[in-house]
Amino acid sequence: MSIEEYALANGLKKVGAKDPLLKYVKEAIARVDFAYTMASYSNEAVNAKSRLGSWWNILLPTIQAATYGLIFGIILGATRPDNYLPFLFTGVFFFSYVQGSFTSGASAIISRVGLVRSLAFPRVLLPLSVVITQTLQFFPQLLVLGVILVGVQHTINFGWLMMIPLVALLFLFNFGLATIMARITVHVQDLNKLVPFITRLLFYSSGVFFSVEKIMSSHSIYAQIIRANPIFQFLNLARGYLVEGYTVTPDMWISVTIWSVGIAIVGLIFFWDAEELYGREE
Amino acid sequence: MVAKSKNVEERKPVIIVDDVHVTYKVFASGLRASRRNAGGGLLSKKMELREIRAVKGISFIIYEGESIGIIGSNGSGKSSLMTAMSGLTPISGGAIYATARPNLLGVGAVLLPAISGEKNILLGGLAMGYTKPEITAKVDDITAFAGLQDFVGLPMRTYSQGMSARLRFAIAAAKDHEILIIDEALAVGDQEFRNRSEARMREMRENAGTVFLVSHSMKSILDTCTRVIWIEKGELRMDGEPKKVVAAYNKFVGSTTID
Repeated sequence: MSIEEYALANGLKKVGAKDPLLKYVKEAIARVDFAYTMASYSNEAVNAKSRLGSWWNILLPTIQAATYGLIFGIILGATRPDNYLPFLFTGVFFFSYVQGSFTSGASAIISRVGLVRSLAFPRVLLPLSVVITQTLQFFPQLLVLGVILVGVQHTINFGWLMMIPLVALLFLFNFGLATIMARITVHVQDLNKLVPFITRLLFYSSGVFFSVEKIMSSHSIYAQIIRANPIFQFLNLARGYLVEGYTVTPDMWISVTIWSVGIAIVGLIFFWDAEELYGREE
Repeated sequence: MVAKSKNVEERKPVIIVDDVHVTYKVFASGLRASRRNAGGGLLSKKMELREIRAVKGISFIIYEGESIGIIGSNGSGKSSLMTAMSGLTPISGGAIYATARPNLLGVGAVLLPAISGEKNILLGGLAMGYTKPEITAKVDDITAFAGLQDFVGLPMRTYSQGMSARLRFAIAAAKDHEILIIDEALAVGDQEFRNRSEARMREMRENAGTVFLVSHSMKSILDTCTRVIWIEKGELRMDGEPKKVVAAYNKFVGSTTID
């Protein structure tokens, strides 16, 4: 009897081999409480350091949107999108949710190596937890956005309820992004340094502050790239419900649903594939 | 190959370490390496790639109910072997089989420094698979075990090294692990804490758990282990009865005391 046969006959498994995907997902779902608790604690830990605490959650994107509003409002001049302020605020708030998930997903594993080394749990809970943290920060931001929109547009309607499925899909989308980034940075730590530039690139190609139709010919290659960008599609969809003068078509929903579910599944499988590498010393 | 003793078939194996090698490839730097490559710019950087063979072909079988002490000089490959057993260091040769993934508890382990000890207990418990009510019920016990009743509400970054090591051990010990590897963790506690954790290790062993203890303290090794493995320069030097192995090791290092 070889050693391997002897081991298998006694119910021993090779150390470091990962669970099959289905079992892995089940295990992760059983411990989803951990991801949620971790998310709310890290939120608390970040805010504990500054005097205004959790108020920064809503102050930052507001200041950001106001700054962009001032700068791009002047630069764009007559080519400003219609109903500029609601357009811009919706864009900036939704984009910052994606950007936050992308950025913190990139360091989800590499900044928690100690935790990964000391406790055994499905590692996908870490990128999941950073996306939950971002989501917990996004809810009060949505509220502020609502207040700003009512202040500018003086109306509120049932279409706003469509933010519930929209945010659910965006959550899946962000989870996919976070898992992909979490694994890539484990292989290439240097990539973390490039993350700010990637998010800039995404920012400018997502139509956060400009209207594609107004500043470029709609058949140009740039316009096509921007329209294919799922973040742009999400922003467009949100504006269709929240900003007056913008509309929604069913194909927009189909496209973002495919993107969200697709990238979440791809991200999960891509992340799981390297499960045994996380926490390893190179 | 693993040498099998006569009664192998009767006892149930928990871990099989079969001719395991651990090799680190590191870029040597420092004066000696850079002098040799003088003149290399950023793009033509020639660094010296050195192979360090930390573990060179170690084999053993651990059976149910054993508690194993791992001893050896600094840099002998003990920790490399232990991290390899927990799956955190890739092995370059051989194979490791186990009934469950061995949990490694080292002094380097960190939880979340910015939040309180109590919340770290909750978090650690949830990560180990407890439900929220289960771990909430255990918080007081874990706090008492770590002896941190007065500090549990403070952020963990304010803890001394000894305090946070005690808390980490208490969290990990709250669960009956099938296989637990403790790397020097007990060295930081005071005598009272050591006694408590040694008692807990014995308890875990009685619940059919397997505990590895890596330590330089021959006293804790003799107090808690039923078998001792001595590793020297990446090779298995001796494997057997605690008293015999410790005596041989003490002779080797020229020490006459047991602590």
